[in-house]
Amino acid sequence: MAVVEETGTYIGAPVKRKEDVSLLRGRGTYVDGLTLPGMLWMAVVRSPYAHARIESIDLTAARAAEGVVAAYSGADLADDWVGGLPCAWPVTEDIKMPPHYPLASEETRYQGDPVAVVIAESRALAKDAAELVDVTYAPLPATADVEKALADGAPLVHEDLGTNECYVWKLETDDVQAAIDAADVVVTRRYMQPRLIPNAIEPRGVLAQVDPTGEVTVWSATQTPHIQRFALQLVLGIPESKIRVIAPDVGGGFGSKIQVYGEAPLAVAVARRLGRPVKWIEERAENYLGTIHGRDVVHELTFAATKDGDITAVKSEAWCAMGAYLELVTPGIPLLGAWIYSGPYDIPNYSVTFTGVFTHTTPTDAYRGAGRPEATYVLERTMDALAAELGIDRVELRRRNFVKEFPHTMASGLTIDSGDYHASLDKLLELLDLDSIRAEQESRRSSGDVKQLGVGFSTYNEMCGLAPSRILGAIRYAVGGWESATIRFQPLGSVQVVIGTSPHGQSHETTFAQIVADQLGIGVDTIDVIHGDTASSQLGLDTYGSRSLAVGGIALHHAGEKIIEKARAIVAHQLEVSEDDLEFSGGAFSVKGSPDRSLTIQEAAFAAHTAHNLPDGMEPGLEQTAVFDPPNFSWPGGAHAAVVEVDTETGDTRLVRYVAVDDVGQPVNPMIVEGQVHGGVTQGIAAALYEEGDYDDDANLLTTTMTTYLVPSAAELPSYETALTETRADNPLGVKGVGETGTIASAPAVINAVVDALSHLGVTDIQMPATPERVWTAIQEATS
Amino acid sequence: MRRVALSVNGTRHELDVEPRDLLVYVLRERLGLTGTTVGCDTSSCGSCTVLVNGESVKSCTMLGVQADGLELTTIEGLARNGELHPVQQAFHEHHALQCGYCTPGMVLAAVSLIEAGEATDEDAIREGLEGNLCRCTGYHNIVQAVSAAAGVS
Ligand code: FES
Ligand code: FES
Repeated sequence: MAVVEETGTYIGAPVKRKEDVSLLRGRGTYVDGLTLPGMLWMAVVRSPYAHARIESIDLTAARAAEGVVAAYSGADLADDWVGGLPCAWPVTEDIKMPPHYPLASEETRYQGDPVAVVIAESRALAKDAAELVDVTYAPLPATADVEKALADGAPLVHEDLGTNECYVWKLETDDVQAAIDAADVVVTRRYMQPRLIPNAIEPRGVLAQVDPTGEVTVWSATQTPHIQRFALQLVLGIPESKIRVIAPDVGGGFGSKIQVYGEAPLAVAVARRLGRPVKWIEERAENYLGTIHGRDVVHELTFAATKDGDITAVKSEAWCAMGAYLELVTPGIPLLGAWIYSGPYDIPNYSVTFTGVFTHTTPTDAYRGAGRPEATYVLERTMDALAAELGIDRVELRRRNFVKEFPHTMASGLTIDSGDYHASLDKLLELLDLDSIRAEQESRRSSGDVKQLGVGFSTYNEMCGLAPSRILGAIRYAVGGWESATIRFQPLGSVQVVIGTSPHGQSHETTFAQIVADQLGIGVDTIDVIHGDTASSQLGLDTYGSRSLAVGGIALHHAGEKIIEKARAIVAHQLEVSEDDLEFSGGAFSVKGSPDRSLTIQEAAFAAHTAHNLPDGMEPGLEQTAVFDPPNFSWPGGAHAAVVEVDTETGDTRLVRYVAVDDVGQPVNPMIVEGQVHGGVTQGIAAALYEEGDYDDDANLLTTTMTTYLVPSAAELPSYETALTETRADNPLGVKGVGETGTIASAPAVINAVVDALSHLGVTDIQMPATPERVWTAIQEATS
Repeated sequence: MRRVALSVNGTRHELDVEPRDLLVYVLRERLGLTGTTVGCDTSSCGSCTVLVNGESVKSCTMLGVQADGLELTTIEGLARNGELHPVQQAFHEHHALQCGYCTPGMVLAAVSLIEAGEATDEDAIREGLEGNLCRCTGYHNIVQAVSAAAGVS
């Protein structure tokens, strides 16, 4: 495995995690474990109706209840807001952007829309009193279905917009229709990808304190402390310079803790009014209603191909549920997949259209993979459909269309810097032993076994490492995509690394320490990684889109280069040699040709702090910051396969094997990389087989607990087989990112396997999730 | 208020609790043992798992008053003399935690499973941990860790 620096011993090594020391002992600092003197509790009252006019809100009984300090409706707090909750991604010029305030005051637009808050001396008393808030609603018609929402006469989510169509966005090359018209074969398929509810095991939570001088401190279960800080200014008018946001230990997010939810400004507003700290902790039932959902997209995908299997055009149309309001990046989620509807294949003609649609549902936003699982799912399902149509082997069809040379500029316009899709597929086939699976499948088919076997493939790529700021600007995203890092030597040689991205399970403390340890030739244990607090890390754009390593890691590498440069100048000065005469290796600068004349970087750091003998004009201290704006996205890819067993009598599907081969560039810590693959793959498998956020015809959410929304346990899943192939990304560490690969690749592999298991019965499609009922019905329909 | 006496991690506590207070909140908010976490309101996730007289129990399914006279172990009480319990150590070795939120409950459920002699193979471990959800790890490394701690392959 390639090692980046000659001094390297850490990059590429499965270093055990620093994070575990506290977490394993129950000493994590999740928000719900934090208590401040005089702290109050906030409970949120939510609309039980998907759509209703609020006729009145009577807070009298709640305010009179035991332990209650205050209760507020939306009207009571209207003057606390200088702006609405921000949406940072108006994807088109004429996008419809409805106002969205922390509390609804005239109309509620999804079940769970907050209408009032109650603040009391304890969690239980706040909750009790919330039950006493008397809201009179006039229910209105509602719809949770994107297609129905676009129909004439559909109930409108925002009456004054006159439509439920939020935007239409298009990316198209010139000759798509001509290519389709000229094709030997055209395959069009329609897919529904259900709502997914992220279900971080730690619910959301906020603790806010406002001191008498107006300084605000917010502890939040968030992926994005820096984004929270500027959003709080936008909503509350408090200057960012007076706001400190701390993301302590955060118990998972998967995209659902990126957003700026109303509860944070509510807690600050209420804490400011009452002069006491206020805490709000989400309950699981609230989480299902009040935290963003993912997916909920209808697609129509067309492939045009020659009879030999060269795909000549891809055309996608998608109708994407926004939910009732636009959260931080709601409209932009489909766009995160917009450039990869050709996946790892070289397809010359390209057309993608998204229609954003308001429905009376919980807003959608980023859920692991965000836009890329949606694209990959329809692409990989249709690859199988095209293979069947052409009578070409599914694996061969993929191989035939793979991009073969890098860098490769796709028809969609972006350039993939590196990859080797054949290598991943070869490795996958080697691990899979396809022949014996096929033989077993054949024998079960011919014996008419109740339990049929299927194997499914998914070859994929994805764009992550979000993101080049200029590109973000061009696609109307409101902020940049750079990241920052600081390396600070203390006088006696220990090192603080301050990073702008804030983890929630991704192992930043270990991974980033490994990078610095190798580059500077010091032990990982002398390095402390500081993150998640806007007071210590002023510059940052936080964690999402598999960006921490591919963007933040490179910033850190550049900070390390600056450290070495300054230390080199100090050592050259002290040893009275020219800088060019020094070589840096193993943490020490030595004079070329006389290795006994050397100083360690820690000695240079001490000298930098005493400042007794520095070059003229040099500032004391050894601390350097770098900010890195990536010139391109990063492009992981790979090949996955699922093997399933389907009970043809009950429809019950069991995943028996899952093999994942990924190219994530240089792995910094293969143990952590593998862990990310496991977790990611599991969320895609869960989407394929178990999970679905389901609304009834009146837009009432039916899946509001962990007993109705089926997050899989260990008992439903097998152990996984994983491997890495490696092409280096075009950045100094060669890294690409791994947080989302598994989720992007896995759902189509599993559904392709289910369909394969039943293809001899005539089944050609099964909608996700492949529940026993859906599978059973598909078998009945195909065989009747 | 009702007076209860319970032993937690070897320390005896006497305190007045509201009859409706769940054990998990007595541990977290009255005794400051915030290592036991809360992930749901339907007894589904298992993050609140503790040992009650040696057996794993979801502490959100018990009232504080029901713990009167019982001996409890929470995640804070598992390490001895600064040394991690073998299950904790195995979680560290096998990277069986990411965000760590489910971890206290998962570790205690695993301790109980192993001590009951039920962690006999991978399938048994998977079945035995069915009541504990983890959203980060996909369970692969958790199963590896528990297998290693239980001495099964
Ligand atoms: S908190 Fe989820 S089972 Fe107890
Ligand atoms: S480690 Fe995050 S939920 Fe298990």
